[in-house]
Amino acid sequence: MLNKNFYLILIISLVFAISFWIGFNVNLLPAEASINAPIYDELFKILFIIGLIIFIGMTIAVIYSLFKFRKRNDQIGDGIALEGNLSLEIVWTIIPSIIVLLIGLYSYNIYDRMGGMKELNHNHEMMSSNTEKIWAGISQTSDNEISINNLSIEVSAMQFAFLFNYPKGNFISGELHVPVDQKVSMKMESKDVIHAFWVPEFRIKQDIIPGQPTILNFTPTKVGKYPIICAELCGPYHGGMRASIIVEEESDYNEWFNKNKKQEVNL
Amino acid sequence: MTISIDPQKTNNESLQPKGWLRYFSFSLDHKVIGIQYLVCGFLFYLIGGTLASAIRIELASPMSDFMPRDVYNQVLTLHGTIMIFLWIVPVVNGAFGNYLIPFYVGARDMAFPRLNAVAFWLIPPSGLMLVASYFVEGAAQAGWTAYPPLSITTPQSGQIIWILSVLLLGGSSIFGGINFIATIIKLRRPGLKLMQLPMYCWAMLGTSLLVVLSTPVLAGTLILLSFDIIANTGFFNPVLGGNVVVYQHLFWFYSHPAVYIMVLPAFGLVSEILPVHARKPLFGYTTMVFSIMGIVVLGLVVWAHHMFTSGTPPWMRLFFTIATAFIAVPTGIKFFNWVATLWGGKISINSAMLFSCGFIINFVFGGITGVALAQVPFDIHVHDTYFVVAHFHYIVYGGTVFIIFSSIYHWFPKVTGKMLNEKLGIFHFIITFIGFNLCFAPQHWLGLNGMPRRVAEYDPQFQFVNQISSLGALLMAISTIPFLINVFLSVRNGKKAGDNPWNALTPEWLTSSPPPVENWEGEAPLVEEPYGYGKKLSEQK
Amino acid sequence: MTTLDSSKEIQKNNSEVNETHEDFRMFGLITFLIADGMTFAGFFAAYLTYKAVNPLPDGAIYELELPIPTLNTILLLVSSATFHKAGKALLKDKNSDSQKWLFFTAFLGIIFLTCQLFEYFHLPFGLTDNLFASTFYALTGFHGLHVTLGTLMILIIAWQSRINGGRLNSQNMFPLEAVELYWHFVDGIWVILFIILYLL
Ligand SMILES: [Cu+2]
Ligand SMILES: [Cu+2]
Repeated sequence: MLNKNFYLILIISLVFAISFWIGFNVNLLPAEASINAPIYDELFKILFIIGLIIFIGMTIAVIYSLFKFRKRNDQIGDGIALEGNLSLEIVWTIIPSIIVLLIGLYSYNIYDRMGGMKELNHNHEMMSSNTEKIWAGISQTSDNEISINNLSIEVSAMQFAFLFNYPKGNFISGELHVPVDQKVSMKMESKDVIHAFWVPEFRIKQDIIPGQPTILNFTPTKVGKYPIICAELCGPYHGGMRASIIVEEESDYNEWFNKNKKQEVNL
Repeated sequence: MTISIDPQKTNNESLQPKGWLRYFSFSLDHKVIGIQYLVCGFLFYLIGGTLASAIRIELASPMSDFMPRDVYNQVLTLHGTIMIFLWIVPVVNGAFGNYLIPFYVGARDMAFPRLNAVAFWLIPPSGLMLVASYFVEGAAQAGWTAYPPLSITTPQSGQIIWILSVLLLGGSSIFGGINFIATIIKLRRPGLKLMQLPMYCWAMLGTSLLVVLSTPVLAGTLILLSFDIIANTGFFNPVLGGNVVVYQHLFWFYSHPAVYIMVLPAFGLVSEILPVHARKPLFGYTTMVFSIMGIVVLGLVVWAHHMFTSGTPPWMRLFFTIATAFIAVPTGIKFFNWVATLWGGKISINSAMLFSCGFIINFVFGGITGVALAQVPFDIHVHDTYFVVAHFHYIVYGGTVFIIFSSIYHWFPKVTGKMLNEKLGIFHFIITFIGFNLCFAPQHWLGLNGMPRRVAEYDPQFQFVNQISSLGALLMAISTIPFLINVFLSVRNGKKAGDNPWNALTPEWLTSSPPPVENWEGEAPLVEEPYGYGKKLSEQK
Repeated sequence: MTTLDSSKEIQKNNSEVNETHEDFRMFGLITFLIADGMTFAGFFAAYLTYKAVNPLPDGAIYELELPIPTLNTILLLVSSATFHKAGKALLKDKNSDSQKWLFFTAFLGIIFLTCQLFEYFHLPFGLTDNLFASTFYALTGFHGLHVTLGTLMILIIAWQSRINGGRLNSQNMFPLEAVELYWHFVDGIWVILFIILYLL
């Protein structure tokens, strides 16, 4: 009896050990380039480990049963007439409920840290009409939000391109340039069908919907060039609908901005 | 209004064609209709599989070079629509439901045999129509979700034929659902209590409730969409003041339950197969029943988890996260119960058993990624990527299709009176299992790292992993060959099966193989313990 | 594959078994009506959502006139009552009375449809004018389709309840009961539709 329990505990701890080892050492995600990304990766790691424990555990249980309880050639008759075990069934109702509830609360916390539960405010000078309905998006904040002035960009998507309008400089760009470590606030609207704005390295995605503006706020943390991918089927060239986001040092960004700025318009 | 007919009047079998010709007739025999569903569904599976192969060939290279881009979108739309509406839903509901449910309730046919035949005969024409739309002006190319405004702006004829076809298939599904509910509730043999029914009855009851409650909403939505396309209304057309997100709500109100319409019957079937081959009673019958009903109720209130990146307010995201994650609890109960059913049994390792165990492993994996996808912050990154593609193929292929094959291995002796070849069956399982996991497991990584779904071209850094996936798809395509050979050889000269080759206790095995027209020569047997393995009753042999 | 030799015996058995079952055709019909009701529920949900989040463009707010739909509500409610009368009469083997009530019910249905068409022609908006107009026509049109079907079925059963050669009598009530249930359902949907569309 002791022997049996010993093996059970050994196997369970092995499953846990393997799951934790994989969870901490196998990286399935791309680079982290926004303040969203590490938060997301934290959630991913937790879910990955819990998932591995359950998956490896169940797989071992199934394969072990198939092996241990297989019918030998000389055997006849049935297995034990066990029709259920109420306390066991209660256990595997309650424990998953608790796990699921904890995961839900935790992911709520993650979502809150990403700014998902925040009131969506898009401090855009040109957006005067308060009645305009903003449907959804992520309103991400960083600690030094107040100290820096937000960068406001208007994104319009169409088959099959993104256009980025910098109202302060009164110019439109096909490439999204943003300075590192500053909050960017985007108001997005589609000209035709539904598109989606996705930057895998930022772990953010938001549909761009015709007729309904959506908001996406983020803060890049790493200098570099990342792909912007359209993630909603939008027509034949959907796969080719990509753009780039260039995160650069503030000085580089200002240089680029001033080069493109149209001077003649003074409001 | 109803096409309801007394079962008494359906016995004019002498007027029906005999032999294999029966399967091309408007037969009212539930067993014939079941086989019609299965064979028809399998033919569409081959078509859908061919389309899937075309997709995997296109994706073997990062450029869009195998077919024109708009054709690629037609292929992926048809692949999704055919696999869902013409293969999985009709087979796992219509085929096995029609064949087994009357046996399980101790009846000689379904409650409304004529309605039943109508429901089946709606399928081949609408399926053919859907396939033929490719040759008109090109098939629909807005994906199986047909999101407007894309579905309004793509070529109209294809989209309209698609809508018409899905409406007919939805009608077929509703007729089937009504029939199953009436048969299970009202046509039970006297003395047979609800809590004595085999689990598949409960699964079909739950599924049919979902069909009846949610499919009409899809029908209404598609009618509105067709108005937008033909009559220039603006329900979902933002140019005319419409709202595209309303379509998504209505569409997913059906299409999330549709996942359970595809999966719950598989849960029922595996609950029939495991006890027979493990020689043990189904573990926790009562909790199984309650978990099915729990899934039905929860399944109706989680649809917006498909819309976390669409325009949905934050509170809605939160509610749908929690509700969706909680479906894992009743689903988890079922899986623990199945493993407990295996535990301590005398398990015959045969094709049916292996496919069922493959199902458990694949579905647990798909379920875990499902719980992860239910979390809003997690979903925001991977929504509409290959991660989602991988997830739902683990559910519908690794889950349901594995069970369809398991069920074919299990019930083939009953239907034909011949045994399938076990060696070929196990070979079939091995390459299906390897091919499936090789095809879809790498796609999780693709999605996480930046490959969106429904694309014909992609970043070259993903080429190697995509080629592995395509290799897996090739194996899956090949795996059909031993299966088909097995079926053809066994139908012709398979080993005689006898009435009850598995020594099973559920009622369909208590009659001859193949069963007579009215199921039993005498009165229908009263099976009070369909899972009474290990008790005196089944110890005799 | 199967032997049909014993079909006679089976047939006997079969009718014996079936005698022990109650008539479940009504059950099937109710299930179907629940499904049909869900279609309406989808339309209502869409209408209410549009109303909440997609306000009409300026100058496009139409006040719906109430007299005709109120009259229509009364017509349908009365027709439900007359249909009920028809059923009672048939149960007492008063076939000609039943037939009269049925024709009267169908007549009310036809008046309802006429009024509906009259309203359509006098509304200040057309199908494609705006979201409200489209939803209005979709909802009332889909309901009108149900009324049309119901009226046709009432005419058929009225014809079948004639004394000589008709199929309906106190022993075979199912067709009448089925259409009656359907008619009450259509009636109930109209009341909900009237409240949501005209009164809210
Ligand atoms: Cu796009
Ligand atoms: Cu879903």
